[in-house]
Amino acid sequence: MLAKRIIPCLDCDLGVPHGRVVKGVQFKQIRYAGIPWELAEEYDRQGADELIFLDITASHERRETMAKVIEKTSENVFMPLTVGGGIRAIADARTAFNSGADKVSVNTAALKNPDLINDIAKYFGNQACVLAIDAKRRYGREPGREMVDTPDGECWFECSFYGGREFTGIDAIQWAIEAEERGAGDIMLTSMDRDGTKDGFDIELTKAVSDSVNIPVIASGGCGNPEHILEVLRDTNASAALAASIFHFGEYTVGEVKECLRKGGVHVRM
Amino acid sequence: MIAIIDYGMGNLRSIHNALAKVGGNPVIVSDSNALLDADADAVVIPGVGSFGDAMRNLTPFSDRLFDLVDSGTPLLGICIGMQVLFERSEESDAAGFGLLEGDVIRLPDGVKIPQMGWNELTIRSDTDLLAGINDGDFFYFVHSYYCVPEDERVIAATTDYGVDMAAVVEKDNIHAVQFHPEKSSKKGLKILKNFVEMVKC
Repeated sequence: MLAKRIIPCLDCDLGVPHGRVVKGVQFKQIRYAGIPWELAEEYDRQGADELIFLDITASHERRETMAKVIEKTSENVFMPLTVGGGIRAIADARTAFNSGADKVSVNTAALKNPDLINDIAKYFGNQACVLAIDAKRRYGREPGREMVDTPDGECWFECSFYGGREFTGIDAIQWAIEAEERGAGDIMLTSMDRDGTKDGFDIELTKAVSDSVNIPVIASGGCGNPEHILEVLRDTNASAALAASIFHFGEYTVGEVKECLRKGGVHVRM
Repeated sequence: MIAIIDYGMGNLRSIHNALAKVGGNPVIVSDSNALLDADADAVVIPGVGSFGDAMRNLTPFSDRLFDLVDSGTPLLGICIGMQVLFERSEESDAAGFGLLEGDVIRLPDGVKIPQMGWNELTIRSDTDLLAGINDGDFFYFVHSYYCVPEDERVIAATTDYGVDMAAVVEKDNIHAVQFHPEKSSKKGLKILKNFVEMVKC
């Protein structure tokens, strides 16, 4: 039986030599967490199932630095590696794959040019294309939106781009469905309302998207403890959960999270 | 040295790094002459791309590959590199190498396709390749099609994803795995180490 995946996310500031892992709070304040490949090796020892490296600077000049980070990581870490942030074209994706990445995640560039999803899927396979969605709750009924009931009232979810700085008017659930049709292999779904809060995942968002598509959904944003991961993997159809700060700052190990999941009846790789 | 066949379809760094990590001496070969010159002790067909593309790009290597297999050189096929060893696939009209008898068919309805993630092995035979691997150990799979060998005896291990399918097949010097050992952390490295040791013997 396929196991649910636990994915530490390494937000990389590539503006310093060799890069460093940082963590933002609700897409803003920044804390320093460590050197990317050292953290990656530590998460491998702890039993992580996959790693995501996000270039939060997302600029062209930094692409080679990210390639170096992945090259260095893939010398000693043997699990699926995803690179995101600043992937704008097939050439960016190829640079990532040549450095040892298995998947790329796209967000802003795909919202601006949806054919990028088709192109990545065609050249490198569906499994290599992760669509990242940053979604924010919008309360109040609007025509043409996928409305979702939540304890705080009815809302729809709006996609954001440029790292949460701008909004698109695009409905996140509809965008996820379109991305699947275009050939995305995974949806990495981040709740902007929860990201960095440690209040737990947005269950309604995760449930709505994972019930609407037939590709794996990676729940992201808001993880504060192992019980939050148990909740989202038990109560929604998400295939994986992503967390950053609970791992980076040594609050919990991946092993502790998996032990909590196992006891809660979620199938994980121990 | 271990020749990794580069058929022009993507990331070979992981398998190269993984074989080097476990004491192998991998060399990426990009054309059939290089494979001829390489004097390979073993050959790896890595797993990237679709069946039709893989066969089209692998065909120039086929004569040399058959010679190596006939002479007893260990071969390891990974993922699509396993599937091309069979006779045919539902994914493409292109014929496979036919080194193993059987078909490659699409995963059943009712499961998410591709299978992507970590799944468990059920061991059927304790082969050298699977030394140190136990029932229930997890490996990383990414695939939409699976192999159905005509002779069930070649199946060394299975995995369950909507159907109980061949995950490891072995026949004489031919070894093949549906999962990606180079992406399966310690247990994956163990399998590659077992393969490297087979080569040294």
